[in-house]
Amino acid sequence: MTAIEAREVVLSFGSTPALRGANLSVDPGEIVAVMGPSGSGKTTLLHCLAGILVPDAGEIRLADRRVDTLAEPERSALRRDRFGFVFQSGQLVPELTAEENVALPLLLRGVKRAAALSQARPWFERLGLGGLERRRSGELSGGQAQRVALARGLVSRPEVLFADEPTGALDSLTGEQVMDLLVGCAREQGTTVVLVTHEARVAAYADRQVIVRDGRVNALVSA
Amino acid sequence: MYGVVMSVPLTLLGLLEREPSHGYDLKRDYDTYFSRGKPLPFGQVYATLGRLARDGKIVVGEVEPGVGPDRKRYVITERGATEVDAWLAEPVEPEPNLQTVLFSKVVLALMLERPAGEYLDRQRAAHLRRMTELTAIKRDGDLVDTLLADHGLFHLEADLHWIDTTVARLDALRKLVRS
Repeated sequence: MTAIEAREVVLSFGSTPALRGANLSVDPGEIVAVMGPSGSGKTTLLHCLAGILVPDAGEIRLADRRVDTLAEPERSALRRDRFGFVFQSGQLVPELTAEENVALPLLLRGVKRAAALSQARPWFERLGLGGLERRRSGELSGGQAQRVALARGLVSRPEVLFADEPTGALDSLTGEQVMDLLVGCAREQGTTVVLVTHEARVAAYADRQVIVRDGRVNALVSA
Repeated sequence: MYGVVMSVPLTLLGLLEREPSHGYDLKRDYDTYFSRGKPLPFGQVYATLGRLARDGKIVVGEVEPGVGPDRKRYVITERGATEVDAWLAEPVEPEPNLQTVLFSKVVLALMLERPAGEYLDRQRAAHLRRMTELTAIKRDGDLVDTLLADHGLFHLEADLHWIDTTVARLDALRKLVRS
Protein backbone atom coordinates (compact mmCIF):
# COMPACT_ATOMS: atom_id res chain seq x y z
CA MET A 1 0.00 0.00 0.00
CA THR A 2 1.24 3.49 -0.80
CA ALA A 3 1.29 6.27 1.81
CA ILE A 4 0.05 8.94 -0.57
CA GLU A 5 -0.64 8.99 -4.26
CA ALA A 6 -1.62 11.30 -7.11
CA ARG A 7 -3.25 9.62 -10.11
CA GLU A 8 -3.56 11.48 -13.39
CA VAL A 9 -4.11 14.75 -11.58
CA VAL A 10 -5.18 17.71 -13.71
CA LEU A 11 -5.57 21.25 -12.40
CA SER A 12 -5.80 24.61 -14.15
CA PHE A 13 -5.83 28.12 -12.77
CA GLY A 14 -8.31 29.83 -15.08
CA SER A 15 -7.10 29.01 -18.58
CA THR A 16 -3.56 28.23 -17.40
CA PRO A 17 -2.89 24.51 -16.93
CA ALA A 18 -0.71 23.77 -13.89
CA LEU A 19 -0.94 19.97 -13.75
CA ARG A 20 -1.66 17.91 -16.87
CA GLY A 21 -1.97 14.33 -15.67
CA ALA A 22 0.51 14.16 -12.79
CA ASN A 23 1.23 10.78 -11.22
CA LEU A 24 3.21 10.25 -8.03
CA SER A 25 3.15 7.36 -5.60
CA VAL A 26 5.04 7.58 -2.31
CA ASP A 27 5.65 4.56 -0.09
CA PRO A 28 5.19 4.67 3.70
CA GLY A 29 8.29 6.15 5.34
CA GLU A 30 9.77 7.16 2.00
CA ILE A 31 11.33 10.60 1.49
CA VAL A 32 10.67 11.86 -2.03
CA ALA A 33 12.04 15.09 -3.46
CA VAL A 34 9.89 16.78 -6.08
CA MET A 35 12.13 18.95 -8.25
CA GLY A 36 11.49 21.14 -11.25
CA PRO A 37 11.91 24.61 -12.64
CA SER A 38 9.85 27.57 -11.45
CA GLY A 39 6.27 27.34 -12.64
CA SER A 40 6.54 23.62 -13.45
CA GLY A 41 3.69 22.74 -11.08
CA LYS A 42 5.64 21.18 -8.20
CA THR A 43 4.07 23.29 -5.43
CA THR A 44 0.62 22.84 -7.01
CA LEU A 45 1.17 19.08 -6.88
CA LEU A 46 2.13 19.30 -3.20
CA HIS A 47 -1.00 21.36 -2.49
CA CYS A 48 -3.17 18.76 -4.25
CA LEU A 49 -1.54 15.89 -2.33
CA ALA A 50 -2.05 17.78 0.94
CA GLY A 51 -5.72 18.47 0.26
CA ILE A 52 -5.16 22.23 0.08
CA LEU A 53 -6.22 22.33 -3.58
CA VAL A 54 -8.79 20.09 -5.25
CA PRO A 55 -7.86 18.78 -8.70
CA ASP A 56 -10.14 19.32 -11.70
CA ALA A 57 -9.63 15.65 -12.60
CA GLY A 58 -7.73 12.65 -11.29
CA GLU A 59 -7.44 11.23 -7.80
CA ILE A 60 -5.53 11.88 -4.59
CA ARG A 61 -5.32 8.94 -2.21
CA LEU A 62 -4.04 8.82 1.36
CA ALA A 63 -3.38 5.13 2.00
CA ASP A 64 -6.46 3.72 0.28
CA ARG A 65 -8.78 6.64 0.96
CA ARG A 66 -9.76 9.26 -1.64
CA VAL A 67 -8.86 12.75 -0.46
CA ASP A 68 -9.98 14.82 -3.44
CA THR A 69 -13.64 13.87 -3.05
CA LEU A 70 -13.82 14.98 0.59
CA ALA A 71 -15.59 18.21 1.55
CA GLU A 72 -13.44 21.06 2.83
CA PRO A 73 -14.15 20.44 6.55
CA GLU A 74 -13.02 16.83 6.18
CA ARG A 75 -9.92 17.83 4.23
CA SER A 76 -9.19 20.42 6.87
CA ALA A 77 -9.43 17.73 9.56
CA LEU A 78 -7.13 15.53 7.53
CA ARG A 79 -4.53 18.30 7.26
CA ARG A 80 -4.77 18.92 10.98
CA ASP A 81 -4.72 15.31 12.15
CA ARG A 82 -2.58 13.40 9.69
CA PHE A 83 -0.33 15.86 7.90
CA GLY A 84 2.50 18.16 8.94
CA PHE A 85 3.76 21.17 7.01
CA VAL A 86 7.00 23.11 6.71
CA PHE A 87 7.17 26.07 4.35
CA GLN A 88 10.00 28.20 2.99
CA SER A 89 9.72 30.85 5.65
CA GLY A 90 8.71 29.34 8.97
CA GLN A 91 5.38 31.16 8.99
CA LEU A 92 5.36 31.07 12.77
CA VAL A 93 2.55 32.91 14.51
CA PRO A 94 4.32 36.07 15.72
CA GLU A 95 2.10 36.58 18.76
CA LEU A 96 2.95 33.13 20.16
CA THR A 97 6.15 31.99 21.84
CA ALA A 98 8.31 29.38 20.11
CA GLU A 99 6.96 26.59 22.32
CA GLU A 100 3.36 27.67 21.73
CA ASN A 101 4.06 27.62 18.00
CA VAL A 102 5.37 24.05 18.25
CA ALA A 103 2.37 23.05 20.39
CA LEU A 104 -0.11 24.63 17.96
CA PRO A 105 -1.00 21.50 15.93
CA LEU A 106 -1.71 19.66 19.19
CA LEU A 107 -3.82 22.53 20.55
CA LEU A 108 -5.81 22.55 17.30
CA ARG A 109 -6.45 18.85 17.76
CA GLY A 110 -7.93 19.56 21.16
CA VAL A 111 -4.99 18.51 23.34
CA LYS A 112 -5.03 20.50 26.59
CA ARG A 113 -2.54 23.36 26.81
CA ALA A 114 -0.32 21.90 29.54
CA ALA A 115 -0.12 18.52 27.79
CA ALA A 116 0.53 20.15 24.42
CA LEU A 117 3.35 22.29 25.81
CA SER A 118 4.92 19.33 27.58
CA GLN A 119 4.93 17.41 24.28
CA ALA A 120 6.39 20.43 22.51
CA ARG A 121 9.27 21.12 24.91
CA PRO A 122 11.48 18.05 24.21
CA TRP A 123 11.73 19.18 20.60
CA PHE A 124 13.77 22.19 21.66
CA GLU A 125 16.67 20.09 22.98
CA ARG A 126 16.30 17.65 20.11
CA LEU A 127 16.68 20.40 17.50
CA GLY A 128 19.38 22.37 19.32
CA LEU A 129 16.96 25.08 20.42
CA GLY A 130 17.30 24.69 24.18
CA GLY A 131 16.64 27.98 26.02
CA LEU A 132 14.64 29.53 23.17
CA GLU A 133 11.24 28.16 24.23
CA ARG A 134 9.80 31.50 25.35
CA ARG A 135 11.08 33.62 22.49
CA ARG A 136 8.77 35.01 19.86
CA SER A 137 9.52 34.55 16.15
CA GLY A 138 10.97 38.06 15.83
CA GLU A 139 13.62 37.11 18.38
CA LEU A 140 14.80 34.03 16.44
CA SER A 141 17.33 33.79 13.59
CA GLY A 142 16.12 32.38 10.27
CA GLY A 143 17.65 28.98 11.01
CA GLN A 144 16.17 28.87 14.54
CA ALA A 145 12.72 29.86 13.25
CA GLN A 146 12.89 27.15 10.59
CA ARG A 147 13.82 24.53 13.19
CA VAL A 148 10.84 25.66 15.30
CA ALA A 149 8.68 25.30 12.17
CA LEU A 150 10.12 21.81 11.65
CA ALA A 151 9.27 20.85 15.24
CA ARG A 152 5.75 22.18 14.67
CA GLY A 153 5.48 20.09 11.51
CA LEU A 154 6.52 16.88 13.28
CA VAL A 155 5.20 17.29 16.86
CA SER A 156 1.92 15.52 16.17
CA ARG A 157 3.73 12.59 14.52
CA PRO A 158 2.01 13.10 11.17
CA GLU A 159 1.74 10.32 8.62
CA VAL A 160 3.00 12.65 5.90
CA LEU A 161 5.16 15.75 6.22
CA PHE A 162 4.90 18.20 3.33
CA ALA A 163 7.95 20.45 3.07
CA ASP A 164 7.90 23.22 0.46
CA GLU A 165 11.38 24.70 -0.12
CA PRO A 166 12.16 24.26 3.60
CA THR A 167 15.67 25.67 3.21
CA GLY A 168 14.88 28.27 0.56
CA ALA A 169 15.41 31.24 2.87
CA LEU A 170 18.51 29.88 4.62
CA ASP A 171 22.25 29.97 3.88
CA SER A 172 23.73 26.66 2.80
CA LEU A 173 25.17 25.56 6.15
CA THR A 174 22.00 26.43 8.10
CA GLY A 175 19.90 24.79 5.38
CA GLU A 176 22.00 21.67 5.73
CA GLN A 177 21.40 21.55 9.49
CA VAL A 178 17.65 21.87 8.92
CA MET A 179 17.71 19.07 6.32
CA ASP A 180 19.80 16.81 8.60
CA LEU A 181 17.21 17.30 11.34
CA LEU A 182 14.22 16.94 9.02
CA VAL A 183 15.46 13.68 7.51
CA GLY A 184 16.73 12.32 10.84
CA CYS A 185 13.47 13.02 12.71
CA ALA A 186 11.27 11.80 9.85
CA ARG A 187 13.17 8.51 9.69
CA GLU A 188 12.98 8.07 13.46
CA GLN A 189 9.22 8.57 13.42
CA GLY A 190 8.64 6.69 10.18
CA THR A 191 7.06 9.80 8.68
CA THR A 192 6.62 9.89 4.91
CA VAL A 193 8.03 13.11 3.45
CA VAL A 194 7.12 14.93 0.24
CA LEU A 195 9.81 17.55 -0.21
CA VAL A 196 9.48 20.23 -2.88
CA THR A 197 12.75 21.87 -3.79
CA HIS A 198 14.57 23.34 -6.73
CA GLU A 199 17.93 22.77 -5.04
CA ALA A 200 19.77 19.58 -5.98
CA ARG A 201 21.75 19.57 -2.73
CA VAL A 202 18.48 19.50 -0.77
CA ALA A 203 16.95 16.86 -3.04
CA ALA A 204 20.04 14.68 -2.46
CA TYR A 205 18.78 14.04 1.10
CA ALA A 206 15.76 12.17 -0.28
CA ASP A 207 15.45 8.46 -1.04
CA ARG A 208 14.15 9.28 -4.51
CA GLN A 209 13.91 12.32 -6.73
CA VAL A 210 11.29 13.08 -9.36
CA ILE A 211 11.04 16.05 -11.70
CA VAL A 212 7.87 17.96 -12.53
CA ARG A 213 7.99 19.37 -16.02
CA ASP A 214 5.07 20.99 -17.82
CA GLY A 215 2.65 19.72 -15.21
CA ARG A 216 3.71 16.08 -15.39
CA VAL A 217 5.91 14.03 -13.08
CA ASN A 218 8.97 12.33 -14.59
CA ALA A 219 10.99 9.72 -12.83
CA LEU A 220 14.72 10.20 -13.24
CA VAL A 221 15.94 8.09 -16.15
CA SER A 222 18.42 5.48 -15.00
CA ALA A 223 21.80 5.36 -16.64
CA MET B 1 28.65 2.13 -15.90
CA TYR B 2 29.94 5.43 -17.14
CA GLY B 3 31.64 6.46 -20.37
CA VAL B 4 35.29 7.33 -20.36
CA VAL B 5 36.32 10.95 -20.74
CA MET B 6 37.99 10.76 -24.15
CA SER B 7 36.46 13.41 -26.22
CA VAL B 8 38.76 14.31 -29.16
CA PRO B 9 38.63 10.96 -31.05
CA LEU B 10 34.94 10.51 -30.28
CA THR B 11 34.11 14.08 -31.20
CA LEU B 12 35.89 13.67 -34.55
CA LEU B 13 34.03 10.39 -35.05
CA GLY B 14 30.78 12.19 -34.29
CA LEU B 15 31.57 14.89 -36.84
CA LEU B 16 32.28 12.16 -39.39
CA GLU B 17 28.98 10.51 -38.68
CA ARG B 18 27.31 13.73 -39.75
CA GLU B 19 29.02 13.48 -43.16
CA PRO B 20 32.26 12.21 -44.69
CA SER B 21 34.84 15.01 -44.34
CA HIS B 22 38.39 16.08 -45.02
CA GLY B 23 40.79 16.59 -42.13
CA TYR B 24 40.65 20.32 -42.70
CA ASP B 25 36.83 20.41 -42.38
CA LEU B 26 37.01 18.36 -39.22
CA LYS B 27 39.54 20.71 -37.67
CA ARG B 28 37.47 23.76 -38.64
CA ASP B 29 34.27 22.34 -37.13
CA TYR B 30 36.08 21.08 -34.05
CA ASP B 31 37.64 24.50 -33.47
CA THR B 32 34.29 26.24 -34.08
CA TYR B 33 32.25 24.21 -31.63
CA PHE B 34 34.48 22.35 -29.24
CA SER B 35 37.76 24.15 -28.59
CA ARG B 36 37.23 27.85 -28.82
CA GLY B 37 40.43 29.75 -28.20
CA LYS B 38 42.48 26.53 -28.21
CA PRO B 39 42.60 25.20 -31.78
CA LEU B 40 43.25 21.53 -32.34
CA PRO B 41 46.70 21.16 -34.02
CA PHE B 42 46.59 19.64 -37.52
CA GLY B 43 49.10 17.05 -36.34
CA GLN B 44 46.68 15.84 -33.67
CA VAL B 45 43.80 15.73 -36.16
CA TYR B 46 45.69 13.47 -38.57
CA ALA B 47 47.25 11.36 -35.83
CA THR B 48 43.79 10.78 -34.37
CA LEU B 49 42.31 9.99 -37.77
CA GLY B 50 45.15 7.53 -38.34
CA ARG B 51 44.36 5.73 -35.09
CA LEU B 52 40.64 5.69 -35.85
CA ALA B 53 41.38 4.16 -39.28
CA ARG B 54 43.75 1.61 -37.75
CA ASP B 55 41.01 0.59 -35.31
CA GLY B 56 38.45 0.18 -38.10
CA LYS B 57 36.25 3.04 -36.93
CA ILE B 58 36.75 5.07 -40.11
CA VAL B 59 38.00 4.36 -43.61
CA VAL B 60 39.71 6.60 -46.11
CA GLY B 61 37.37 7.26 -49.00
CA GLU B 62 38.30 7.98 -52.55
CA VAL B 63 41.57 9.93 -52.81
CA GLU B 64 40.91 13.14 -54.67
CA PRO B 65 43.30 14.67 -57.17
CA GLY B 66 45.86 17.23 -55.89
CA VAL B 67 48.58 17.28 -53.26
CA GLY B 68 48.67 17.20 -49.45
CA PRO B 69 46.75 15.23 -46.85
CA ASP B 70 43.46 16.97 -47.56
CA ARG B 71 42.95 14.94 -50.68
CA LYS B 72 41.56 12.26 -48.40
CA ARG B 73 37.96 12.19 -47.35
CA TYR B 74 37.25 10.13 -44.24
CA VAL B 75 34.12 8.00 -43.83
CA ILE B 76 32.80 6.52 -40.57
CA THR B 77 32.30 2.76 -40.39
CA GLU B 78 29.47 0.84 -38.70
CA ARG B 79 31.84 0.16 -35.83
CA GLY B 80 32.66 3.85 -35.47
CA ALA B 81 28.99 4.84 -35.61
CA THR B 82 28.13 2.29 -32.93
CA GLU B 83 30.83 3.74 -30.70
CA VAL B 84 29.53 7.30 -31.16
CA ASP B 85 26.00 6.12 -30.35
CA ALA B 86 27.10 4.38 -27.15
CA TRP B 87 29.27 7.32 -26.05
CA LEU B 88 26.52 9.88 -26.54
CA ALA B 89 23.90 7.84 -24.70
CA GLU B 90 26.08 7.00 -21.70
CA PRO B 91 26.25 9.49 -18.82
CA VAL B 92 29.71 10.73 -17.95
CA GLU B 93 30.99 9.79 -14.53
CA PRO B 94 29.83 12.60 -12.25
CA GLU B 95 32.93 14.50 -11.20
CA PRO B 96 33.95 18.15 -11.13
CA ASN B 97 34.70 20.14 -14.28
CA LEU B 98 32.80 18.09 -16.81
CA GLN B 99 31.33 20.98 -18.72
CA THR B 100 33.58 20.51 -21.75
CA VAL B 101 32.69 16.85 -22.21
CA LEU B 102 29.01 17.45 -21.55
CA PHE B 103 29.01 20.39 -23.92
CA SER B 104 30.64 18.31 -26.68
CA LYS B 105 28.06 15.59 -26.23
CA VAL B 106 25.14 17.97 -26.37
CA VAL B 107 26.34 19.74 -29.53
CA LEU B 108 27.12 16.46 -31.29
CA ALA B 109 23.82 14.92 -30.25
CA LEU B 110 21.98 17.87 -31.76
CA MET B 111 24.08 17.77 -34.94
CA LEU B 112 23.31 14.06 -35.31
CA GLU B 113 19.61 14.46 -34.46
CA ARG B 114 19.91 12.35 -31.34
CA PRO B 115 17.71 12.89 -28.25
CA ALA B 116 19.98 15.40 -26.47
CA GLY B 117 17.30 16.17 -23.86
CA GLU B 118 17.07 12.49 -22.96
CA TYR B 119 20.87 12.24 -22.63
CA LEU B 120 20.86 15.27 -20.32
CA ASP B 121 18.08 13.68 -18.24
CA ARG B 122 20.24 10.60 -17.78
CA GLN B 123 23.18 12.78 -16.83
CA ARG B 124 21.00 14.60 -14.30
CA ALA B 125 20.01 11.25 -12.79
CA ALA B 126 23.67 10.18 -12.58
CA HIS B 127 24.61 13.46 -10.93
CA LEU B 128 21.78 13.27 -8.41
CA ARG B 129 22.69 9.71 -7.57
CA ARG B 130 26.27 10.76 -6.88
CA MET B 131 25.04 13.72 -4.83
CA THR B 132 22.89 11.36 -2.76
CA GLU B 133 25.97 9.19 -2.11
CA LEU B 134 28.04 12.21 -1.09
CA THR B 135 25.24 13.42 1.21
CA ALA B 136 25.24 10.01 2.91
CA ILE B 137 29.03 10.24 3.31
CA LYS B 138 28.59 13.61 5.03
CA ARG B 139 25.99 12.16 7.38
CA ASP B 140 28.19 9.27 8.47
CA GLY B 141 31.66 10.76 8.09
CA ASP B 142 33.97 13.09 9.99
CA LEU B 143 34.68 16.74 9.25
CA VAL B 144 37.33 15.97 6.61
CA ASP B 145 34.92 13.64 4.80
CA THR B 146 32.28 16.36 5.03
CA LEU B 147 34.52 19.03 3.52
CA LEU B 148 35.62 16.74 0.68
CA ALA B 149 32.03 15.69 0.01
CA ASP B 150 30.97 19.36 0.03
CA HIS B 151 33.54 20.15 -2.64
CA GLY B 152 32.07 17.45 -4.88
CA LEU B 153 28.49 18.46 -4.08
CA PHE B 154 28.96 22.12 -4.98
CA HIS B 155 30.67 21.26 -8.26
CA LEU B 156 28.03 18.71 -9.19
CA GLU B 157 25.36 21.25 -8.32
CA ALA B 158 27.00 23.73 -10.70
CA ASP B 159 26.92 21.08 -13.45
CA LEU B 160 23.23 20.51 -12.72
CA HIS B 161 22.50 24.23 -13.08
CA TRP B 162 24.26 24.09 -16.43
CA ILE B 163 22.27 20.99 -17.44
CA ASP B 164 18.95 22.64 -16.51
CA THR B 165 19.80 25.83 -18.36
CA THR B 166 20.98 23.89 -21.39
CA VAL B 167 17.77 21.86 -21.48
CA ALA B 168 15.88 25.15 -21.58
CA ARG B 169 18.08 26.32 -24.48
CA LEU B 170 18.16 23.11 -26.55
CA ASP B 171 15.87 24.42 -29.28
CA ALA B 172 18.02 27.52 -29.82
CA LEU B 173 21.22 25.45 -29.79
CA ARG B 174 19.70 22.94 -32.23
CA LYS B 175 18.97 25.74 -34.68
CA LEU B 176 22.52 27.08 -34.31
CA VAL B 177 24.38 23.81 -34.88
CA ARG B 178 22.18 22.77 -37.78
CA SER B 179 22.29 26.11 -39.55
